[in-house]
Amino acid sequence: MEFGLTESQEFLKDSARKFFAGECPSAEMRRLMETDTAYDPTLWSKLTDQGYTGIIFPETLGGVGLGKVELMLLMEEAGRALLPGPFFSTVVLAGTILDAVASLAHKNKYLAPICRGEVRATVAIVESNASWNPRDIHLSVANGKLTGEKLFVSDAAVADFIIVIARNGVFVADSKARGLKISPMRAMDLTRKLYAIEFNETPTEEIGSTANLARAFDIATAALAAELVGGMQRTLDISVEYAKTRKQFGKPIGMFQAVQHQCADMYLETESARSAVYYAGWALEENSPDAATAVSIAKMYASDAGRTVGNRGIQIHGGMGFTWENDIHLYYRRAKGSETAFGDATFHRERIASLVIDSGGVSAKSA
Amino acid sequence: MDLNLTKEELAFRDELRAWLANNLPKDWNEWREKPIEESFPYLRAWQRRLQDGRWAAVSWPKEYGGRGATLMEQAIFWEEMARVEAPPMANSLGLGLIGPTIIAYGTEAQKKRYIPKILSAEEIWCQGFSEPNAGSDLAGLQMEARLDGDHYVVNGQKVWTSYGWIGDWCELVVRTDAVVAKHKGLSVLLVDMKSPGVEVRPLRQMTGESEFNEIFFRDVRVPTENVLGKVNDGWNVAVSTLMYERGSYGARLHLIFKRAITRLIELSRSVQRNGRPAAQDPLIRQKLAQCSAEIEIMRFNQMRAFSRITATGVPGPEGSIQKIFWSELNQRLQQIAQELLGPYGQLLGGDPRAVDKGIWSYGYLRTRGNTIEAGTSEVQRNIIGHFVLGLPRSY
Ligand SMILES: Cc1cc2nc3c(=O)[nH]c(=O)nc-3n(C[C@H](O)[C@H](O)[C@H](O)COP(=O)(O)OP(=O)(O)OC[C@H]3O[C@@H](n4cnc5c(N)ncnc54)[C@H](O)[C@@H]3O)c2cc1C
Repeated sequence: MEFGLTESQEFLKDSARKFFAGECPSAEMRRLMETDTAYDPTLWSKLTDQGYTGIIFPETLGGVGLGKVELMLLMEEAGRALLPGPFFSTVVLAGTILDAVASLAHKNKYLAPICRGEVRATVAIVESNASWNPRDIHLSVANGKLTGEKLFVSDAAVADFIIVIARNGVFVADSKARGLKISPMRAMDLTRKLYAIEFNETPTEEIGSTANLARAFDIATAALAAELVGGMQRTLDISVEYAKTRKQFGKPIGMFQAVQHQCADMYLETESARSAVYYAGWALEENSPDAATAVSIAKMYASDAGRTVGNRGIQIHGGMGFTWENDIHLYYRRAKGSETAFGDATFHRERIASLVIDSGGVSAKSA
Repeated sequence: MDLNLTKEELAFRDELRAWLANNLPKDWNEWREKPIEESFPYLRAWQRRLQDGRWAAVSWPKEYGGRGATLMEQAIFWEEMARVEAPPMANSLGLGLIGPTIIAYGTEAQKKRYIPKILSAEEIWCQGFSEPNAGSDLAGLQMEARLDGDHYVVNGQKVWTSYGWIGDWCELVVRTDAVVAKHKGLSVLLVDMKSPGVEVRPLRQMTGESEFNEIFFRDVRVPTENVLGKVNDGWNVAVSTLMYERGSYGARLHLIFKRAITRLIELSRSVQRNGRPAAQDPLIRQKLAQCSAEIEIMRFNQMRAFSRITATGVPGPEGSIQKIFWSELNQRLQQIAQELLGPYGQLLGGDPRAVDKGIWSYGYLRTRGNTIEAGTSEVQRNIIGHFVLGLPRSY
């Protein structure tokens, strides 16, 4: 039993960190967030060159064929850099759904171009009731046509196609299709833009049933938790650095226990979220019977801890923490978006309850 | 990262399972409710039996009676012991903290003298660190040890000494040099608790029991050969014991917590709330789920820490995360039990209406000590702040 990362996992994490630091430093991230879509084609082709756009997909489709733990590591580093644009939407979300539900022909048509970095995509899930519970999805496709509204769709404006989760299946609509209207929703996180999509007799192509969606959602949910961990780590690093250098009463503020203990708690929360995320990645990879529980544990903890770490980080910075200039609020904004996406802590606690209380518990595979 | 058991780990587990199948006592349930003073001989006998199979201290090197087990094998050991609900071992401080310190710092003669009897539970050990004026600030302790020929003469008082009432030997931290800086004048003595001048008094704790004691030392003579490590290097020896203390609990506590939450979930199906089982109450569900999740996270943190220690060779200050995590989680768990049980939660063992013979009222009170013993939560946060994050010392 080995919970540590392998050499090649360490290497992947390390090179991802260096890649994001070099290609998407804070100034670049800020430049992109001020644009309409936060998308940059040059950055995208560099992500593709790294193999990131195909990271967990089969080599036969042009992917790299790595596992879910590796995906968690990559997303953690993307989160640390607050990577703007449609990486999560395209690769993690649309990609895993295609991988889970589509036929080989559809994979060749839609997933392979994602791996090759040729297209951007997203997934429309939530409706006006804002529920992440699949039961609350009402839109359905009739005679290949879709009418209705989806909300909180990330990166839709740069998507070449949109996967729509409907009551009666999983469908793809071309983003230029007839009767499809994309309008921005103005939300806190400026690095991942959200949209409302209106469908009016829009033609769609069915790519699979909703039966296999749960696993794809679990992978995306865990990856989002991993991204939160990266943001927490960055918030912790910025705050500790500030606590060492900012002086008041002739001393570094990190000497005051009220500050130091906040830093200690940020560390505890970040490390605990990281443990939960790595475990979830492993459980998904191994198809462990407790994988769904593990994903909910990770998302539950990271959703709350992401916000709490942000709260602490801002407080530690005093007035500086309240400025636009300090990056900390950008992480805080992303954390709020990610907290509610794919179910907040309350949602996942209820899911855990239904798994461990109602069905008498699912135990872990190991030991 | 691979959480599947290796071939060696599976073999270790199967050997233990086979041994337990033949050796686990069947009558533990008749003893477990009794006061520890009464069940202590039983626990000694059980530990002795375990050691006859070389299972009492699996982590210790083979030459000292252990199995040189990896941390993961230790985790498997505790997992298996919990699975069969084995009785605890009598000499828990000797096995968990003091034995490893003697192995690390002791002379060959000391190891030969003390280690076998720690393993066989022939000699029970206690940890004499805290004093009335030295708790968190352990290095400020005052117990005086004056050199007199080939003996030290010890005077002073220790307090909160767990197992003091039954201890045969004590790992005692004393001041051997009062002039130098406080960390530099300490030494560790291995003290026979039957020495003339040692007086043990019970100290009643808020649960009503007396797990720990006050110990008075009046002109107690301790041979110089009983110094553990170097004279005036006692701080490092003591800190190594504290590291084992912080690290060693984690491996088995999640199993104890898991059993507690499983029981609470079971109770929530029969306890009524607003006219239906509490298990259907959304708020109770949220709380039980949060607690179950945190118990799992504690296990994940522990496994990660094990991998890190295996890679680096020593338990590091990150162990403070585990100490904070388990102690505060245990308090939250007991609070949830109280909320679930309502007025029944307060009933003590002995009351015919007490749930589960009063373990929940006891647990509620006992867990207040968790954030104090083995280094307070505040001190653990200082350790993380200073030693892990590199912030300046706050005091
Ligand atoms: C159940 C139990 C079993 C125990 N068993 C043993 C044993 O076997 N052997 C043994 O030697 N000891 C034992 N102890 C003692 C234990 O180690 C001490 O109680 C503990 O280290 C705290 O010391 P103190 O009680 O003197 O409190 P103090 O150190 O006086 O602390 C009082 C309060 O001040 C805070 N504080 C102190 N210093 C700082 C600081 N620098 N920064 C921030 N806050 C600070 C503390 O966190 C605490 O809240 C046991 C205690 C308990 C509760």
